Amino acid sequence: MAQTLVQKIIARASGQSHVAPGAMVSCKIDLVMAHDGSGPQRWASQLKELNAEVWDTSKIVLITDHYVPPADQESAAILKLTRDFAKAHGIYQFHDMQGICHVVLPEYGYLKPGMFACGGDSHSPTGGAFGCYMAGYGWTDIAAMVITGDTWTIVPETIRVNLSGGFADCVAAKDVMLLLCRELGMDNSFKVVEYGGGLVADLSVQERMVLTNMAAELGCETGIIEADQKTLDHIRAHGGHVDDDALEWRSDRDAPYEAVHDFHISTLEPQVAAPHSPSNSGPVSAHVGQRIDQCYIGACTGAKLEDLHMAARILKGRQVSPETRLLVAPASALTTKHAVADGTLQILLEAGVVMLPTGCGACAGLGAGVLAAGEVCMSSTNRNFKGRMGHKDSDVYLGSPYTVAATAVAGRIADPREILADAPAHPQGAVS
Amino acid sequence: MTGRAWVYGDEINTDLLAPGYCLRLPIEELAPHCLEALDPDFAGGVRQGDIFVAGDNLGLGSAREHAPGALLTLGIKVVLAKSFARIFYRNAINLGLPALFFAHAHEITMGDEMDVDPVAGMVRNVTTGKQYQVNSIPPHLMAIIEDGGLMAHLKKRLAS
Ligand code: SF4
Repeated sequence: MAQTLVQKIIARASGQSHVAPGAMVSCKIDLVMAHDGSGPQRWASQLKELNAEVWDTSKIVLITDHYVPPADQESAAILKLTRDFAKAHGIYQFHDMQGICHVVLPEYGYLKPGMFACGGDSHSPTGGAFGCYMAGYGWTDIAAMVITGDTWTIVPETIRVNLSGGFADCVAAKDVMLLLCRELGMDNSFKVVEYGGGLVADLSVQERMVLTNMAAELGCETGIIEADQKTLDHIRAHGGHVDDDALEWRSDRDAPYEAVHDFHISTLEPQVAAPHSPSNSGPVSAHVGQRIDQCYIGACTGAKLEDLHMAARILKGRQVSPETRLLVAPASALTTKHAVADGTLQILLEAGVVMLPTGCGACAGLGAGVLAAGEVCMSSTNRNFKGRMGHKDSDVYLGSPYTVAATAVAGRIADPREILADAPAHPQGAVS
Repeated sequence: MTGRAWVYGDEINTDLLAPGYCLRLPIEELAPHCLEALDPDFAGGVRQGDIFVAGDNLGLGSAREHAPGALLTLGIKVVLAKSFARIFYRNAINLGLPALFFAHAHEITMGDEMDVDPVAGMVRNVTTGKQYQVNSIPPHLMAIIEDGGLMAHLKKRLAS
């Protein structure tokens, strides 16, 4: 019987040849990821209480990103507990302050097509860019998984989203997701979105990760993209071992999708989501001129190397307006390293950005860069719910790194195409 | 279980239920901030046994368990919503908080007296006298709730 890719993965993980949407099944887990917020601070007492041990350290990846670097004693205590636990329990796949969990996982080649992976964070669907099932769970679920190695799931329906065409100038995967949040809504709970089509085939792996990351904003259990040669090359280049037959993890040709949506992207303009929902989106032109106190390029969604490249393209030879400020928190230590090596960081610094440490930081209102009452932010992150990035009476607009950088230059929401149309104020790279 | 209804609309997200600036606090200290950006009277007004009613996509957003945890800590005994975000739904069950899909949430008014039986799938609005039949919680999940949450359930599983 024909199945979608996610059905096939769940069937394999639950020891069956076929599973039907709606069925409740028990799955063996290939990989559990937790961060400082969903990790040992939540498990330690549970393990003690149950007198249990962690099930298989080779299948657990632990990452600190939410409370790093610690801004207060509570955060420092959480990090200490996490490190102590990793040491005491032999959790060797531990990445301390090396970046945001969803970005760090593929940097070490952990994710492979066909895996059934679970993450202690709502943006775990990001992992689906590597052809695996990876959904988000709360910490009690994660604690139970760390002890037993299994979990229950209700086999989800799959929605197929075909993206065709290419990007117009200054348009990126982020803009596609703001469009989809508006068109498909945010209430696709207990469903999976599978992305495909010519545009997805052409996209880089990092841009694909934006599509799967923001499957969370569609309310989907996860997002997934069938692996291709580009996926395998990426995994191998990052130290993961994967066989060529991993490409066989695909949906059947006549797979039973719950719905199929086709979007032609060539005419899509840069998008902006206004407060307080990613679905409250439309073309940037609707918001041009809006006052912005802070611009933020950060998060698992919007601060990977290619995101910094987008920002640098706008900022090269230009300056951040004194009307606003631009904070940049690269998504990982590796991102920063590459951005130094290829000159991107130099461009950002010369434009007057404020560099922040790698981590979740302002994205979840947890660390450096939070907003005061009445402040308005333009952000490359994924969520703009009320109070998300600081005070409950602050506002967040969402856009691509192009649009955030353009806004920083203009001091107000701006269309990146218009900023690029104006020649830089001074010759490129001539700032001393 | 009977209690007064607290009724809210669609897309009540986890940043509203458990604001980021409170996440480092113990749940007892976070709970008074639950929904403060939406309804400052909620957290202070809830009594033990009250019932939370919402529209579509309750709990969308983060995986933070503080969201159902805050409701539970304030005294909410059951949550009814037209639909739930998946992680919120799992988290509620895992904490032992029954969560029922309730298509008629819009027919409930703030403060209505309600009577809910999650096993039978019975929802009664005592104030209006109207009774509804909803899908009961699947037995596998009800077993988790009846044991007092996933950890207590697991303790039983490991002991047997
Ligand atoms: S960067 Fe933001 S969205 Fe991404 S994992 Fe961290 S808090 Fe969550």
